[in-house]
Amino acid sequence: MKKKEFIWKHKHLIGLRELSREEIEHILDTAAGFEEISTRSVKKAPVLRGKVVVNLFFEDSTRTRTSFTLAANRLSADVVEFTKKSSSVSKGETLLDTAKNLEAMGIDIVVIRHSAGGAPKFLSRNINACVVNAGDGYCEHPTQGLLDVYTIRKMKHSLQGLKVAIVGDIAHSRVARSNIYALTKLGAEVILVGPPTLMPAKIEQLPVKVSYSLDDVIGQVDVINMLRIQFERMGANPFPSVKEYSHNFGLTVERMQKAKKDILVMHPGPINRGLEIESEVADGPNSVILQQVQNGLAVRMAVLFLVNQGAMVKK
Amino acid sequence: MEILLNSDKIADCTADLVKAICSQVKNGDKIAVVGIRSRGEILAKRLTELLSKKLKSEIPCGTLDITLYRDDLNDPHGSSQPFVRSTEIEFDINGKIIILVDDVLHTGRSTRAAMDALIDLGRPEAIRLAVLVERTGREFPIQSDFAGIKINLPAGKSVQVNFIESDGKDEVAIITD
Repeated sequence: MKKKEFIWKHKHLIGLRELSREEIEHILDTAAGFEEISTRSVKKAPVLRGKVVVNLFFEDSTRTRTSFTLAANRLSADVVEFTKKSSSVSKGETLLDTAKNLEAMGIDIVVIRHSAGGAPKFLSRNINACVVNAGDGYCEHPTQGLLDVYTIRKMKHSLQGLKVAIVGDIAHSRVARSNIYALTKLGAEVILVGPPTLMPAKIEQLPVKVSYSLDDVIGQVDVINMLRIQFERMGANPFPSVKEYSHNFGLTVERMQKAKKDILVMHPGPINRGLEIESEVADGPNSVILQQVQNGLAVRMAVLFLVNQGAMVKK
Repeated sequence: MEILLNSDKIADCTADLVKAICSQVKNGDKIAVVGIRSRGEILAKRLTELLSKKLKSEIPCGTLDITLYRDDLNDPHGSSQPFVRSTEIEFDINGKIIILVDDVLHTGRSTRAAMDALIDLGRPEAIRLAVLVERTGREFPIQSDFAGIKINLPAGKSVQVNFIESDGKDEVAIITD
């Protein structure tokens, strides 16, 4: 019951790498308070009333974008949707010019997704509005990392000592990076699993274990996070065939029999059914894939609330 | 620091509140209690237990977190920051007579926020305000329906309510800010 004395000081959320354990836990605790809004008759609270949130998406997205829009709506903010295709970006306008022009119209929070790693950081240094990273290149996807640890914490109560496997295309995955930072800071042990061609460079610098065999790992982990094979980001074929990848690294019903009974099966979406995960597993009793989506809303409400609070802290 | 109420007097005030609520609210079957976090939550639980005994029925009780409805969310702040916690009201508030409970009524701003938060959950038949201590210093046109004790207190003084459940003792004190 003791009042929590913690001051959230950040007006941007760029990545989980630069956040402390305490800060990550504060976001998760705050998110828990926002869950209830989505269950009421009036699914709104006047938290960001009169504020403008811009969804600045230079890459395609269904879940993240909709989730941020809905989160902002539930906090009573006005939301401006911006896509690359229907904007002056297609006429050659730079990121900074686009953002400066939007800012001149009086926006408060920019949610940005960009194919270039570092774009959100760059933006945060050059505009006054709050910046929230919704995915940048191969760098980070902080709100996905947060909603993943939030989901695990909700189901398992604590992350301390849990073993978490992240399986698949680690090299191209910003989800994996944000997950690694969040999980290890909260005390979980991370095992990256995938073919060597899909492991990132300098992996030894990360506080993780690496395995090239899912069969070796599946029996020991409490959580398994299956990443999507991102064909759109791959150049030369990183594995001989889809069938072979699926055979070695797909989460099949057969493999699940070797797993712990209470293993949590996660996937950031969109799913390639039958490739990295079999439909029976994705829709099975251990799957929390849809809870991840549901929790994402509360987490994003918390993030929008907190960056706005961070902007209010007197320097 | 001056002690305003000791634990016996707190118990007396609580009993008085229950008596007053029962005598004024005729439709006992419609009563539900909602406490404002965090001291109001504790008082609400105590009142609910006593009310349930007196009315010989299970009175629903919930907790309201008003952080999202505060009117100072967008004020610059330095040393403290609002922390969002969950509202936990498991019953349908539509048509209920809500006894809204807080420890202290001072400026009336918390009550305003609580009423807005409640209305987003449904349409109660009525909202009645019950507080342990009603002090002077209202900034909004709000008054209590039931008060354990009413006191005149100049600006610069605060009422500090301690409950066993949260603070290890039952005591109400007046402190200088």
